Amino acid sequence: MATAETTLTTGKQSIFRSSAAQKLLAFAALIVIFVVFSILSPFFRTPENVVNILLATAVNGVLALGVTFIITTAGIDLSVGTVMTLSAVMTGLAISIYGLPVPVGILVGVLTGSTAGLINGLVISRMRVPPFIATLGMMMIARGLALVLSTIETGTVKPIYFSDTPVFRQITMGSVLSPLLSPIAPGVNVPNAVLILFIAALIAAFILAKTVLGRYTVAMGSNEEATRLSGVNVANWKTAVYALGGTFSGLAGVMIASRLNSAQPALGVGYELEAIAAVVIGGTSLSGGQGTVLGTIIGAFIISTLTNGLRIMNVPQEWQFVVTGLIVILAVYLDILRRRRS
Amino acid sequence: MKNNRLAMLLLGMLLIASLVSACAAPVAAPAAAPATGGDAAATEAAPAEADAARPYIPVISKGFQHQFWQAVKLGSERAAADYNVDITFEGPATEAEVDKQIEMLEAALAKNPAAICFAALDTQAANPLLEEAHSRGIPIVGFDSGVDSDIPVATAATDNIAAAALAADKMAELIGGSGKVAVLVHDQTSRTGIDRRDGFVNRIAEAYPDIEIVNVDYGGGDHLRSTDLAKAVIQANPDLKGYFGANEGSAIGVLNAVAELGKEGEIVVIGYDAGAQQKEAVRSGVMAGAITQNPIGIGYKCVEAAVKAINGEEVDPVIDTGFFWYDASNMDSEEIAPLLYD
Repeated sequence: MATAETTLTTGKQSIFRSSAAQKLLAFAALIVIFVVFSILSPFFRTPENVVNILLATAVNGVLALGVTFIITTAGIDLSVGTVMTLSAVMTGLAISIYGLPVPVGILVGVLTGSTAGLINGLVISRMRVPPFIATLGMMMIARGLALVLSTIETGTVKPIYFSDTPVFRQITMGSVLSPLLSPIAPGVNVPNAVLILFIAALIAAFILAKTVLGRYTVAMGSNEEATRLSGVNVANWKTAVYALGGTFSGLAGVMIASRLNSAQPALGVGYELEAIAAVVIGGTSLSGGQGTVLGTIIGAFIISTLTNGLRIMNVPQEWQFVVTGLIVILAVYLDILRRRRS
Repeated sequence: MKNNRLAMLLLGMLLIASLVSACAAPVAAPAAAPATGGDAAATEAAPAEADAARPYIPVISKGFQHQFWQAVKLGSERAAADYNVDITFEGPATEAEVDKQIEMLEAALAKNPAAICFAALDTQAANPLLEEAHSRGIPIVGFDSGVDSDIPVATAATDNIAAAALAADKMAELIGGSGKVAVLVHDQTSRTGIDRRDGFVNRIAEAYPDIEIVNVDYGGGDHLRSTDLAKAVIQANPDLKGYFGANEGSAIGVLNAVAELGKEGEIVVIGYDAGAQQKEAVRSGVMAGAITQNPIGIGYKCVEAAVKAINGEEVDPVIDTGFFWYDASNMDSEEIAPLLYD
């Protein structure tokens, strides 16, 4: 703990340097995992399977982007998984039950996430409820509301389908990239979900590195009191960070609904932990003040590559959990070792 | 400041209280609605005066939010209306929450019910309470996975082993008696998960030596995870001829995987239970067919058996509620259509 705090106070330059090293480390780990699986199985290294891994990362990756901001402020968000589900259900209600145009439905879903995040932020910054508790509460509330809202049409809990709007599925499963890629890699179909993940990551990286919001996110996580004393309205900015995190959950909700072509009201529990794992593997420190979007994306890829590879190797699922758990601990331990040295 | 906070807390509690009281009314209404049916006016006044005299039967299931349980609930409500008894229907949020279910059973016993309908998540865990009920003369009726002891007077359930064996026979027939198949199950701990897996796997092992089961995996019934999981399995086994999804979520996962990999028609997909997506896939031929249980029948028969037990009538100890194979050719028949929920 003491070492963590010293690195945080050593100033801007070391933050950049250490996150660069972390990115490198995580990226090296991803490459190693990839190479090992490629040697072990010919089915792993096919272009189709790489696309599978990319696609399997999309939803968790977008969730993890939002969580990156929140963890960088030394906060936590346990509600991202069920807020995602709530957003999916709201999108379903808007499009399939109230018959609104698809773009409006998407906006409804994303804004549902923003609103849940905003409420998280207000509860944390104004009511002074610790983030863990506030978002735990929101996790349950969103889960309950998702189930309640799914009963609107028939009176029983049931998924909402997008059968009348085939275009909705194309949002994630269509491929605007295919025509561009076909000369280089014919037959490889990269779904839009992957494109959305990368665009969302670019936006997140821009916000974190180039905007006031991003700077204050890091500052609040490094030393909240000092940030407050230098005249920053910490309560407002923190609320904004949680609202931003919620917005990513909302986007993830639209994406999962589109990919499954249905809003599944019972889904989403456990997704928050996977997102947090991706962020942590990527080198964002739980004690705050240090976060990298690229790291998070790599972390998310490490998780889905492991899951995919172990499955292709036919490793029993019980052991897959064990391996993933070990990787999470190892990643954080390496991070601590590296910081001690520097 | 302190007063302010106290006032806010009180305000919050007031809000929650009003919300709960507002929600309580509409929740009670749908429960009564299917029961009253046509002669709503006649029965509307009845519950108030008959409350004391009507036997109370808590129905404790293994879940409530999945459509299967909603169908069981509907059946039990129909029986309650037909036999003029009061029921409550509840179940834990996931099938792993054995402790929550035990709490529900404790609470039910405290209300001194006339009988209890119970689908145990874990019989060992529930045994002390079941013995207490037994010693107090409260009959227990098992349903679905039932209760693995001598205490229940009857069990209304699907023979999952035989049902999954039927799926294996159909699979063998459709792939021509030889080749590779895979199985995707919801979990490896619940009775239905174990029985459906074993029913399928053992039948293949006994009767079809030329069929190889290359993978048995567990997706928790989560649509997205099941999808990515099935994709990895198909990727690792390019010559896979058939895939069995042992519950609704698993079957949808397999369907999504097959569709996303563009292998419609190449892989014989067999599902379990119903739901709009599965029904549509069967109708369009992407899914060869599926096993359906009779969830409404399960709910109805267990309450019916409980009523008989209360009245001291003879009850059949094993009530087989039946299962059926359905495909595009028979799914709209009079026998099958009512069993398929959306």
